Amino acid sequence: MNFFKRFARNRGALIGLAILLAVVAFALLAPTLYPQSPWRMVGRPFMAPLALDRFPLGTDTLGRDIASGMVHGARVSLMIGVVSTIVSLLIGVPLGAVAGYAGGFVDDALMRFTEFFQTIPSFALAIVMVAILQPQLGSIVLAIGIVSWPPVARLVRGEVLSLRTREYVQAAVTIGQSTPRIIFSQILPNTIAPIIVLGSLMIGSAILLESSLSFLGLGDPNLMSWGYMVGAGRTRLIDAWWISFFPGLAIFLTVLALNLAGEGLNDALNPRLARGRE
Amino acid sequence: MADVSKAEPVLSIENLTLALPPLADRAHAVENVSLSIAPGETLCIVGESGSGKSMIAHAVMGLLPKAVKPKGGAIKLAGRDLLSLDEAAMQDVRGREIGMIFQEPMTSLNPVMRIEDQIFETFEAHGLLAKSERRARTLALLTEVGLPDPARLAKAYPHELSGGQRQRVMIAMALALEPKLLIADEPTTALDVTTQAQILKLLDNLRQKHGTAVLFITHDFGVVAEIADRIAVLQQGKLVEQGTADQVLSNPQHDYTKRLLAAVPSLIPPQRPAIVESKPVLSVTDLGKVYRKRSFFGAAREVKAADNVSFTLAKGETLGLVGESGSGKSTVGRCCLRLIEPDGGRIMLGDLVLSDLGKSALRQHRKRIQMIFQDPFASLNPRQTVGRIISDGPVAHGTSRKDALARAKELLELVGLSANAVDRYPHEFSGGQRQRVGIARALALEPDVLVADEAVSALDVSVQAQILTLIKEIQQRLGLAILFVTHDLRVAAQICDRIAVMQRGRIVETGPTAALFAAPQHAYTQALLAAVPGGARFGH
Repeated sequence: MNFFKRFARNRGALIGLAILLAVVAFALLAPTLYPQSPWRMVGRPFMAPLALDRFPLGTDTLGRDIASGMVHGARVSLMIGVVSTIVSLLIGVPLGAVAGYAGGFVDDALMRFTEFFQTIPSFALAIVMVAILQPQLGSIVLAIGIVSWPPVARLVRGEVLSLRTREYVQAAVTIGQSTPRIIFSQILPNTIAPIIVLGSLMIGSAILLESSLSFLGLGDPNLMSWGYMVGAGRTRLIDAWWISFFPGLAIFLTVLALNLAGEGLNDALNPRLARGRE
Repeated sequence: MADVSKAEPVLSIENLTLALPPLADRAHAVENVSLSIAPGETLCIVGESGSGKSMIAHAVMGLLPKAVKPKGGAIKLAGRDLLSLDEAAMQDVRGREIGMIFQEPMTSLNPVMRIEDQIFETFEAHGLLAKSERRARTLALLTEVGLPDPARLAKAYPHELSGGQRQRVMIAMALALEPKLLIADEPTTALDVTTQAQILKLLDNLRQKHGTAVLFITHDFGVVAEIADRIAVLQQGKLVEQGTADQVLSNPQHDYTKRLLAAVPSLIPPQRPAIVESKPVLSVTDLGKVYRKRSFFGAAREVKAADNVSFTLAKGETLGLVGESGSGKSTVGRCCLRLIEPDGGRIMLGDLVLSDLGKSALRQHRKRIQMIFQDPFASLNPRQTVGRIISDGPVAHGTSRKDALARAKELLELVGLSANAVDRYPHEFSGGQRQRVGIARALALEPDVLVADEAVSALDVSVQAQILTLIKEIQQRLGLAILFVTHDLRVAAQICDRIAVMQRGRIVETGPTAALFAAPQHAYTQALLAAVPGGARFGH
């Protein structure tokens, strides 16, 4: 209960959580709210918001319902954000744990490998990967995962490095536990809090990355996404601003919400780091 | 002891009550405490951890944590109530009228500033003295606190100084503006005994010279006996006894004071049965360990943490490894378990050469030698239940979890906890109880040898006495051999059959405890024994 109390003390975090829940609700209800494909042309193109009750957010250059695109896009954005974050955690956590626990040469080698990825501009790498692998859901998730794991590895390595010298880890060595067991049952459970916080922030940046890729036309052509909608409307920004504006606003709010909630999680999970002397 | 005049008190605390936040384990950190200190007097506030003694010091300095609020009473410094002052006025009081020395000399100086600049800041904060005068005054202060070569040290950074030297710098800073009151919050707890003795002497000299009143906060009755004019004993935020040092130490009135005094281990080793001569369970020969600090320029620095260390340990025997910090005693203890890999030498467990084993063979034989750790708060995984913590060892060696848990319950009862503790998490226990869990974990693997690394150093005296009794009982029942690493000669006197004194990685003297305490041979052993605080009062 204490956890929720500490989380709730951060008002921004509550706002973030509320926005997030709304986005998730829209994403889940998308097939019921708009059973038709968001790609279908349903009306005249360039209809302004609220011009017709049927299209509260208007229609785009080809007469597709923007509201329908928004809710279906929420599914894609959230799914890609979550899945690609899981992918990068799956790469980063074991790598960081091994580097931190083994130390010495192994640590040096793994960290140089990590730095290799950090020195390449992540967006450029993602573009190249998606272009080579064909723009499909799987390859987009993989590309985002691969460019975003280095911070995870560094964080986990640092945590493990400090936990490894704790007395309870030494005690586990003296009772004869095997190294993998020590890492999994003694060390990693104690690094979960910062990983969760980092993870929640990474979902936000993954959504941004996916939007940028779709904006450039490298999204999955079968999936409606917010980034694609912004990109599709950009040539008519002056006379039909709503085509780009609403999906852009959705990206902005969702990423903001994730950051606010992540901050709240940080306060709740690391009570000692919370601001102000208690 | 200084003669204390009946003059107007420097500090008088009247019915002070400090309220804790609503969910704390008690309502008041400090309740209805009244104290007063005359000029030139040293008042010791003694209490165990959580008694609220530091809260009083922080209240006087106006440095209370936000959650703790003064609820009643007054703190009068020379007649002025400090609780009613605003922040700006309080800032002026701090430093100028009250100086404070903290416990941890390693962290109370700013690591990126030269010593002299940090002392300058004190003058600057109060807008005192011209630049040139500040320098002269700083040098005078550093000389006064007995630092060697003050002109050079003034230009040094904190990391170039030893712990004792840093504490001297802190004292110089606290005394820079000649305050009327000096608050010392456990100022010697983090120091070695020989350094501690020097710092206590310095504080006493300065107090006599300047007539400063000293509020000294400590948990250590040995230190109290050395320095106090008057003593106030605090239990759970309430003042239970107050009086002159002689009264309280020789004729305590309150039960709690009596209990605390009785728990202070005596320096006189008790009679103990002779150990039956047998083949040693643990024998260490020519153990060596060198720490190398790689440096970018110039030669690498080498520290010999263990240098040709040899000793043996028989079944049922306790060998004390005694020395100051940096003497290598912990390194030797950890090398015996190969938690630290030794550079050379042989470690034998019975007939098994532990030092030659490969990684997987070592893991199988680890259960024969186990360790009790120092810090009961860091040695238990906060995310595992006590049952899991104790049973992990046997499980790693092939016992089923169910059997191991059943055994864990028996062990918990053996160490004086109830069996239903298996389902609880470490944070639900007190320090002493956690240490019992740590002992149960070590015993779960039925080892031949236990290494206790400062196993009671982090505990309050009364708890310390209980844990020492427990270790002795278990040793008698199971016939364990114990390697007891400690810096505390009182504890060593009580529990060890033999003692090995270590200095700079070498064992300088070994012998049966009684003989070693009665007639120490090596100069270092003599210095150590002479430095034990309160030696004159608590048994010699």
